[in-house]
Amino acid sequence: MSSETQKILSTDGIPLEESLKKAEKKNKIKAFLLVTPLLLFLIITYIVPIADMFSRSIDDKMVTNMLPKTYKAMEQWDGKELPPEEVFEAFYLDYKILVKNKTAGKLQTQLNYEKNGFKSVLKKLARKQKKFEEGNYKEQIMKVHKRWRNVEYWRAIKRRAPAYTYSKYLKGVDMYSNEDGKIVQVSEDRRIHRILWSRTLEVAFFVTLFCFLMAYPIAHLLATLPMKYSNLLMICVLLPFWTSLLVRTASWMILLQQQGIVNDFFVWIGLVADDNRPEMMYNKTGTYVAMTQILLPFMVLPLYSVMKTISPSLMRAGKSLGATPAVAFFKVYFPLTIPGIGAGCLLVFILAIGYYITPALVGGASGTLISNQIAYHMKSTLDWSFASAMGLMLLTGVLVIYWIYNKLVGVDNIKLG
Amino acid sequence: MALPKYTEPHYRIWHYFYLFVCGCVFFFLIAPLFVIFPLSFNAEEFLVFTDGMKRLDPDAFSTRWYKDMVYGTKNPWGLAAKNSFIIAIFATIGSIILGTLAALGLSSRHMPYKGLIMATLISPMIVPLIISGVAIFFFMAKVGLAATHLGIILAHIILGTPFVVITVTATLSGFDHSITRAASSLGSNPFNTFMKITLPLILPGVISGGLFAFVTSFDEVVVVLFLAGLDNTTIPIQMWTGLREQLSPTILAVATCLIVLSVLILLTAELLRRRSERLRGINR
Repeated sequence: MSSETQKILSTDGIPLEESLKKAEKKNKIKAFLLVTPLLLFLIITYIVPIADMFSRSIDDKMVTNMLPKTYKAMEQWDGKELPPEEVFEAFYLDYKILVKNKTAGKLQTQLNYEKNGFKSVLKKLARKQKKFEEGNYKEQIMKVHKRWRNVEYWRAIKRRAPAYTYSKYLKGVDMYSNEDGKIVQVSEDRRIHRILWSRTLEVAFFVTLFCFLMAYPIAHLLATLPMKYSNLLMICVLLPFWTSLLVRTASWMILLQQQGIVNDFFVWIGLVADDNRPEMMYNKTGTYVAMTQILLPFMVLPLYSVMKTISPSLMRAGKSLGATPAVAFFKVYFPLTIPGIGAGCLLVFILAIGYYITPALVGGASGTLISNQIAYHMKSTLDWSFASAMGLMLLTGVLVIYWIYNKLVGVDNIKLG
Repeated sequence: MALPKYTEPHYRIWHYFYLFVCGCVFFFLIAPLFVIFPLSFNAEEFLVFTDGMKRLDPDAFSTRWYKDMVYGTKNPWGLAAKNSFIIAIFATIGSIILGTLAALGLSSRHMPYKGLIMATLISPMIVPLIISGVAIFFFMAKVGLAATHLGIILAHIILGTPFVVITVTATLSGFDHSITRAASSLGSNPFNTFMKITLPLILPGVISGGLFAFVTSFDEVVVVLFLAGLDNTTIPIQMWTGLREQLSPTILAVATCLIVLSVLILLTAELLRRRSERLRGINR
């Protein structure tokens, strides 16, 4: 190439470089436009609502909106001694409106969370405030109940002033911030959520382990058998994979019931007495067995696709160099399957950690997982902000695992069947 | 897998043990499905094998639960099946259109931020269903689509598209782009090129992705539980309610039908996979 080469021009007189850049840009836009419909659709209907769960989970505007004048008056108050007359007046005016609109009950409940015994104090005030005279509200309110003289109660109101709170997240790990604003654990007999978290992790871990132990040999068999046999056996993996989750759960409910076939078999081989059949459903055993069977194909398929690429001559080479089959397996074959193991384990773990249907049907009380708790708060207690908080905590965990998965295997390597 | 003649005895034993373990696992995988089939023909209302069934007495078998499934007055299976098919078909069409377009864009080497966009597009597959359910419910409630068919269809499109994106992207990875350029150079417009050249070649991937989307929608219960009203009941919802309240043989009859359906889908998917491999083999 000579240095005096002029810029190469395309037929329409524009330098080629520019023209190429233009074409590249056009292609970029074209590619992006193809993705746009789905991307926009997902962002609007899915990504934004998930982000919205966050604002819902920290939202605490209810009390703030119910006592607007009080919180305005409280801005000046340092919280050390009883608040001044203006605060009392503002509170009286706010509360009067609430009682008139019959929404005082919500405030009573909310403030009772903050300080035990607040409900009765507020109820008494609701009855007496009708006879209040104008002016000197501090005296009049304090006369209604002696607890109004206790600064603790006013501090409890002030604590609810911020429009946002992270208390739902604390509740999710069985903690709360007490009257002094310190974060403490709830009493021992009420720590249900921590049990659920650890149980969810435990079930996900053991289901992954069981799946791995069962999937490894059969994936190996499928990968090494001649095509015509392995295709037939592959159906045993793919048919459950394509079958409805509820159908498979139903079949486990039939198998594991007390008069079921598994118990019949145990009685027949003499493992248990006929009148002492073990309860295998509605507990953790049922959850483990059913979840392992349901998630097993998700472990077999990635393992199989990796094992299929390993040449059998590698093992033979190892053996011909003097390795025993066991050594050849652990030094040659096993390390080559690690990508498949990683993919399968993380896939099963992610699926297991968010499982809902099977634990709800065969889990009973001792087999329910964190997802069941979220559904319970969504459908029964209607504490949606708490359900959102727990959902996001679970999601964070899953995203961390997904990130590791991406680093180790790459998202593009997900294979389906 | 025959062992060579010179295999030492303890390896021989080990090998048979390995085959035995594999057999047990295959049994564990497939056997539960076969329990449902005979019990759905039970003449009694119990979900156990009666003595008559063990003797293979013809009187112990009947098709009454299938009749109950179709004609039963209290049974909402007809409505549920209709809803399920309508929702699944529209969700599949939506997933295929959106997913295929996105996959075409993603497979272009000009695509910017490929990794990030791919991660976003397949996120509904990774996020636990319960969280998707909660989020989608909040959205649908806000825009007034809760307890409508449209809302459920949209929700299932969200859940179904990742499968289409993945399968079509995989098909396109072996795609020879010079043939589309050849078509353009011969005067074909982009739309015609897509319909006549690209689509027939990626069709196996599109259809198998569509099958995934169909099965996902047809089998989906978590999100529907949040979204469905009384008129939107689907087969999975009915099964869920039935399994929670009372396991009746009618459910097993439905389950048997679903297993037959999944066998059909499995066969279609398998045929498509082979065809796709053959087609891609030609391209290389």
